[in-house]
Amino acid sequence: MNQFQYVRAAKPKAAIEALAKDPAAMFIAGGTNMIDLMKRGVMAPEKLVDINKLPLRKIGKERKSISIGALALNSAVAEDKLVQEKLPLLAQALNAGASAQLRNMATVGGNLMQRTRCPYFYDTAMPCNKREPGTGCGALEGHNRMHAIFGHSEKCIATNPSDMSVALAALEATVRVSGPKGERTIRFDDFHRLPGNNPEVDTNLQRGELILSVEVPDNPYHKHLHYLKIRERASYAFALVSVAAALDLDGNTIKSARLAMGGVAHKPWRLFEAEKMLAGKPATEATFRQAVEAAFQGAKAFEHNAFKLKMGPNVVVQALKTAAGIA
Amino acid sequence: MAEEKACNASSPDAEANRQHNEARRDFLKQSSILTALALAPATVLKAADSKWDEKVAEKFEKVPLTLEINGKKVQLSVEPRVTLLDLLREQLDLTGTKKGCDYGQCGACTVHSDGERINACLTFAVMQEGKKITTIEGLADGEKLHPMQEAFVKHDGFQCGYCTPGQIMSAVACIREGHANSEDEIREYMSGNICRCGAYSNIVNAITEVKNGGQKV
Repeated sequence: MNQFQYVRAAKPKAAIEALAKDPAAMFIAGGTNMIDLMKRGVMAPEKLVDINKLPLRKIGKERKSISIGALALNSAVAEDKLVQEKLPLLAQALNAGASAQLRNMATVGGNLMQRTRCPYFYDTAMPCNKREPGTGCGALEGHNRMHAIFGHSEKCIATNPSDMSVALAALEATVRVSGPKGERTIRFDDFHRLPGNNPEVDTNLQRGELILSVEVPDNPYHKHLHYLKIRERASYAFALVSVAAALDLDGNTIKSARLAMGGVAHKPWRLFEAEKMLAGKPATEATFRQAVEAAFQGAKAFEHNAFKLKMGPNVVVQALKTAAGIA
Repeated sequence: MAEEKACNASSPDAEANRQHNEARRDFLKQSSILTALALAPATVLKAADSKWDEKVAEKFEKVPLTLEINGKKVQLSVEPRVTLLDLLREQLDLTGTKKGCDYGQCGACTVHSDGERINACLTFAVMQEGKKITTIEGLADGEKLHPMQEAFVKHDGFQCGYCTPGQIMSAVACIREGHANSEDEIREYMSGNICRCGAYSNIVNAITEVKNGGQKV
């Protein structure tokens, strides 16, 4: 691994200033993805600003939301009583990700920023527009079993690997950030990007901005919900397809629904149309099937991931059935 | 034992290591002086004039670090790029913690940091400043094995043994966290530790016995 300079920041302001001063500097928090990428030569920051000492670990109730500090550990969030009671979908998604050891290291902010696990991105001998713009996409006509079926471009068909982000997308969280120009709040759906012509840019976070917290608005989705993740072994693997499904039910009638998918796009993929179709309908397998099939109209698969076109709708229907208690 | 080992620098291996490190340090000194020249000419030139080369190079290479390892406080000076795993194995001779994949995929490097299980391969040692690290060497009480170690022996919780230190550190944490209430829960919460010999069922039996035995872990 290349040598780098290392500094610790004690306050958010100092961390932001340290990055503003040095264009080759990056933040490091849990390090579980970044150190992995540094060992493989995919990333080579010249300076790391360790932000682990910043006071950003708090999980607490705000007036109309639950605020989760950017440095709260994935395990701490998943085990938090308030989260388990009010945001069980988030707790389920977190526990479906990584291993107990990694969840004890990985932070919420780092989870938002984690890079794709596309093997062409990870292998520096291979072309990859995300790692090295202009070199081409190795996956497009290569081994693309794990890849996207929604929102991809000819430049990049990688998927976002996070489980946590799928639940946060469904719960319409916002991301509070601070940078050289001050604080701002980013809607979750605007946080991660689609690849388009610039797959090297994963998020709309600006250079030098520090994630302070994730705010999850109060919501009625804590009774009928399910995070379902399909992977190649029973635990500790990235999703082929995952679904965060949540329903607000009045008897058997769906007042409103939330649906987001992982493993299918460059960002957590909300099924807005399906949500709209479900509102006001009875919670039955037939309505679920109808809504999800409409949502999959725009899906386009590649040589090795066509199975997702069939698996995806089935997984959504299954998650909705479990959420509604009719599985 | 571990403490003695950590302080023992006179073995032939350690001597070879020392020489190697010195040669490397010379190279790094030169290269970091070059980097420093490129980055901050005025101050570094002044430093070079005054024969402060050593101090400038040190600044680029090493960071002071204080850790408590298996109950003993250690003060070190480490390169930022050294992982906790490499620090334990290469510099402190605590080779009980194993390097399997080195990418956080196998769990062989599992240790406790302030009581929580982590992958030592995916954290830079400097990021653990001030933490209490427990490795497999720190689990037993002198010659008396930890109940989890005894249970692994009793239940044949291993074949080749390479993943075992990580499995045991993870297993202890699994019970402490309260995630060993059923065989299914144990399997889920032990999924970060891979055993290529396939001793999983015996590992689950060992953990179940310790959990049901109610001993303090």
